[in-house]
Amino acid sequence: MTQAAQYQEKANLLAHGSEPENNWRQYFGFSTDHKVIGIQYLVTTFIFYLVGGVLATLVRTELATPESDFVSREVYNSLFTVHATVMIFLWIVPAATGGFGNYLVPLMIGARDMAFPRLNAIAFWIIPPAGILLMSSFLVGAPGSGWTSYPPLSLISGKAGEMIWILSVLMLGTSSILAAVNFIVTIVKMRIPGMGFNQMPLFCWAMLATSFLALVATPVLAGALILLSFDLIVGTNFFNPTGGGDPVVYQHMFWFYSHPAVYIMILPVFGMISEIVSVHSRKPIFGYKAIAYSSIAICGLGLIVWAHHMFTSGTPPWLRMFFMITSMIIAVPTGIKVFSWLATIWGGKLRLESPLLFAMGFISLFVIGGISGVMVASVPWDIHVHDTYFIVAHLHYVLFGGSVFGLYAAFYHWFPKITGKMLNDTWGKLHFALSYVGFNLAFMPMHKLGIEGMNRRIAEYDPKFAALNLLCTIGAYLLAVSTLPFLVNVCWSWAYGKPASDNPWGALTLEWMTTSPPPVENFEADPVLATGPYDYGMGSRATQVNVPFSDPHSPGLSAGPSSTLRAKADPVVAAMPSDRQGESNNR
Amino acid sequence: MTGSTLDSAKTSLNYHHSDEVQATAHAEHHDFRVLGIIVFLVAEGMIFLGLFMAYLTFRSVSPTWPPEGTPKLELLLPGINTVILISSSFVIHNADTAIKKNDTKGLRLWFGVTAAMGAIFLAGQLYEYFHLEFGLTTNLFASTFYVLTGFHGLHVLFGLMLILGVLWRSLKPNHYSSTAHFGVEAAEVYWHFVDVVWVILFLMLYIL
Amino acid sequence: MNIPSQIVTLLAGIILTLVSLWYGQNHHLLPIAASEVAPLVDSLFDTMMVIGTGIFLLVNGILIYSVIKFRRDPNDDTDGPPVHGNIPLEIVWTAIPAVIVLGLSIYSFDVYQAEGGQDPMDHSVAHHGKNHTQMAKMSGAAVAAPLIADSQGVDATPLMSEDLPPKQEAPALGTVSPKVGDSTKPTEFVVNAAGMQYAWLFTYPDTEVVAGELHVPINRNVLINISANDVIHAFWVPEFRLKQDAVPGRQTEVRFVANRLGEYPLICAELCGAYHGAMKTKIVVESQADFDTWLQTQIASAEVGLDRAIATTPATLTEVEYLAPYAKEIGVTAGVLQQLQPAAAKSVHAPSIS
Ligand code: HEA
Ligand code: HEA
Ligand code: CUA
Ligand SMILES: [Cu+2]
Repeated sequence: MTQAAQYQEKANLLAHGSEPENNWRQYFGFSTDHKVIGIQYLVTTFIFYLVGGVLATLVRTELATPESDFVSREVYNSLFTVHATVMIFLWIVPAATGGFGNYLVPLMIGARDMAFPRLNAIAFWIIPPAGILLMSSFLVGAPGSGWTSYPPLSLISGKAGEMIWILSVLMLGTSSILAAVNFIVTIVKMRIPGMGFNQMPLFCWAMLATSFLALVATPVLAGALILLSFDLIVGTNFFNPTGGGDPVVYQHMFWFYSHPAVYIMILPVFGMISEIVSVHSRKPIFGYKAIAYSSIAICGLGLIVWAHHMFTSGTPPWLRMFFMITSMIIAVPTGIKVFSWLATIWGGKLRLESPLLFAMGFISLFVIGGISGVMVASVPWDIHVHDTYFIVAHLHYVLFGGSVFGLYAAFYHWFPKITGKMLNDTWGKLHFALSYVGFNLAFMPMHKLGIEGMNRRIAEYDPKFAALNLLCTIGAYLLAVSTLPFLVNVCWSWAYGKPASDNPWGALTLEWMTTSPPPVENFEADPVLATGPYDYGMGSRATQVNVPFSDPHSPGLSAGPSSTLRAKADPVVAAMPSDRQGESNNR
Repeated sequence: MTGSTLDSAKTSLNYHHSDEVQATAHAEHHDFRVLGIIVFLVAEGMIFLGLFMAYLTFRSVSPTWPPEGTPKLELLLPGINTVILISSSFVIHNADTAIKKNDTKGLRLWFGVTAAMGAIFLAGQLYEYFHLEFGLTTNLFASTFYVLTGFHGLHVLFGLMLILGVLWRSLKPNHYSSTAHFGVEAAEVYWHFVDVVWVILFLMLYIL
Repeated sequence: MNIPSQIVTLLAGIILTLVSLWYGQNHHLLPIAASEVAPLVDSLFDTMMVIGTGIFLLVNGILIYSVIKFRRDPNDDTDGPPVHGNIPLEIVWTAIPAVIVLGLSIYSFDVYQAEGGQDPMDHSVAHHGKNHTQMAKMSGAAVAAPLIADSQGVDATPLMSEDLPPKQEAPALGTVSPKVGDSTKPTEFVVNAAGMQYAWLFTYPDTEVVAGELHVPINRNVLINISANDVIHAFWVPEFRLKQDAVPGRQTEVRFVANRLGEYPLICAELCGAYHGAMKTKIVVESQADFDTWLQTQIASAEVGLDRAIATTPATLTEVEYLAPYAKEIGVTAGVLQQLQPAAAKSVHAPSIS
């Protein structure tokens, strides 16, 4: 046990609760405990992930050969439409915000629950019916106009399926707005005394930014879908050109939500990565403030880049230029995060277990997706690759390589806290290796396919693309198989796993200062902050830190003046107690 | 509450736990529900903003607006309606002032008046609907007109229910007091919001 | 290892730069370049590949190095060095990406300009009216119609769908009839392209030839007027690096100069229904002489088709019946044609009061 962790734990002995008696039935009922709701979210959404994954596997099976031979063309369109809808609206968004957000935010800020527990439960209970509704659309002809559902196509193909899609997405949007209201009030109002915004764990910053985006952007999608359903059912002509409507207006409204939605899906994961990287490298997070505020910057910029999805549709040139520049600028705050994580890892004492492996996998894959993102933000290049497999590659690198890898890292990291059992690390490593290889095999070739002329959303393709597509399909199967070790691991460990201590990783954030799993109401007394959330290696300010002041062979390892990471000793964390005083202005 | 292990005192909607947190909240309230409502109204505002922007775009991409053959909108009735709705915002504020002085009678009076004004507004709007010469699907203008005013009308209706709900509860003695009147504030904030949206809507649909 | 760390870092940096520079030029990812703007787009992509490779190597290099170098000794329970910030370093990694993306923006802007994207006159629908007045008037309407109407000298009765109400431009609010291609050059050659579920129909206005595949002469300034009859489609020729959506109700256009002989795929890139994947044809870039010969044979066969069209009053034909003679030519199967039926029926009954 490290000094800082000892210090924080000792200070919180009073707050430390006792383990709750376990009542499994509460997980199936209308519980208002944020931890129960968090687990409900996580389990439900993971089931939907498996459903979405099976749909993806069917998509890849169809694409294994150039002919349309496995499913009919209509069914193929429904497969990827429902695949994307499930993955986005029923897996990433609710798992990252509703699941981990609900479980962790109150614990991290030392609160006993969310601000509006009943609202919280309502937000969750909207999700299962919405998901089942969406699945039921396969009985009446599932929606088949893509997850973007552009009119006029969405108006003329399968009314029933389309209406179900609209209703389901409206319900999920409502859930997401309600959750966002709850998070904002909770984070702003319910932090323990002494925890200013700049003492919050970075995950809370990320959740704040995410909730703001969800709050502001989701309603516009609701507006678009309301108009779309009028067109569909009543026969108005908002988006129908035959009656004077304009389909481009729908695209604007849709992307005004759906671009921020991609940041709703990645920002919480950024927050989790910040936590995990710091804990498992045993080093303070590098550039706390830069990471925190870059979330806000991404959130602001994210609201003004939506038209980059419309570079070839009815957008005027000025808009294309404006949106190109703003889209590209997002690389700057994102880069700040990426480099800060790298600097956190650099010179740390890496505990190379599954959480950190997945976190590092996240960084390595997300960067590829980010780079292809910046490429498609460039208008001339996007004119070429828009609506091709290059985009499919980009979106899976950021969504799977990014969000899903990040969520896996989070599962491995917080599983001991949530269940009180450790996950098996060998199975975890196997899971990681299979996922990493399978993922790259499945999605890397798609870049080339797209550039060379394979458009997306097609069930049949030019035979010259057959070889690469087969490779993608094999990769997708490998990816499907890679899920099995995880499932086995979770089921087995939950039942028979090694009991976890309260703070198995020696972390400093408050969720680790209570029992695993935490009791109802989380803490016995209000927890206190004896150290910052990331003060690894700092101990109490009276103790000396055992770090070489300088090390000529590997300066990155030292804390001193010749460190490659630091220009001069920082008064708060300086290795020598005599150099230490006051609050750092560097975090 | 099937299966919940929590006792209901700890899980009620206005959950408030420690004294510290209460201290940081609005002095008069023990909870964050008013803040929650305001945050929620941001989302509501964004729906309307999205619909407004759609309206403005439809307007500017159509060669003629309103499309040829659309009868001109009558201004008198909606004008009166607008005046009624705007004044109701001031009326409802009196209720807030009253309850802060523990004047429950005043609260009932002003909420009653506001409810009446809201009902008149809705009736006026329905009257207008029935006397318009175009229907929902007549043309793009008609569709936007009905959807925008209709969606706003639903909000008025909801606000009216809130007001009536508060009115009903205020009949119980001491239900609302100068220190505990969340319902009153919620209804008021919501009503102001509905009012502001109407003003923009009116300017956009009838005047512009 | 007694080499000073600065030198190691420097060496790593040089190798990283060289590898990136090399890979950026030798990625073999791009298809043949067959239009005048294609090489510009390609060098833009090459540049982005250089930068992308560099960033990729940097990030993954650091990760791999850390995994090897900073692995924790299982017995070591202490923390790492409490380093938690370095303002100069942070400024560097904020400033460098900022400079890179600004540079890329300017470069992209430049290429876009060369593609003709920023032509200030681009907002007026009528400015190319001289070449094909009927298109400008008709806006998004079906292309086959004017062909027959003109030959009869009566008002057009569109065949594929109703005359869609035209749209105005609203550049300030973000919706216009989009165009791509350099419109400052004089237009030498015009083709009207109509997208419909699930085929392209190309009309050569000067000769009234209708064809299912696009033939263009090499090295001429070609203008394609694109319209859509039912849903959104997109006109994409990968070898030209050009793509333009066909938005129903709007008249969009793409301009290019094809500078390489050959046949290239012409793909519908926007999801338009079940047979979206089958909606593709080819574009044939040929010499002027070859092109003229092709045109003559088309005129000859078009005469036959036209007679039939007049005889049976096209307005009463359904889409399927009308398209049947062309079906083989435009490469759609009977199944696809059958597909058209419900959509066609729907579009006729859709209310259109304006
Ligand atoms: C988690 C989801 C996620 C994330 C985070 C992103 C991130 C980004 N995306 Fe992506 N995007 C999607 C999900 C996501 N995207 C999806 C789902 C679609 C397809 C939708 C559909 O049509 O179905 C899409 C489509 C899409 C398009 C439209 C393509 C098209 O259809 O034609 C564009 C265009 O600009 C784009 C751009 C970007 C950019 C610039 C970023 C940036 O935020 C990336 C920033 C990150 C980095 C750049 C890496 C780290 C930075 C550094 C290491 C610093 C140094 C870097 C440089 C100097 C470059 N994305
Ligand atoms: C978070 C988002 C997310 C995630 C995680 C995924 C995951 C996957 N996606 Fe998807 N995808 C999208 C979001 C996502 N996708 C979006 C937004 C689109 C655009 C849609 C559109 O165009 O409208 C898209 C489109 C898309 C396409 C393009 C379709 C087309 O344009 O024609 C393809 C094709 O390969 C694909 C494949 C896959 C694969 C193989 C996975 C795999 O990673 C899945 C792996 C997981 C599993 C396989 C499940 C777990 C395994 C088991 C339970 C074992 C048992 C399994 C079986 C018996 C099969 N996706
Ligand atoms: Cu037409 Cu796809
Ligand atoms: Cu985007």
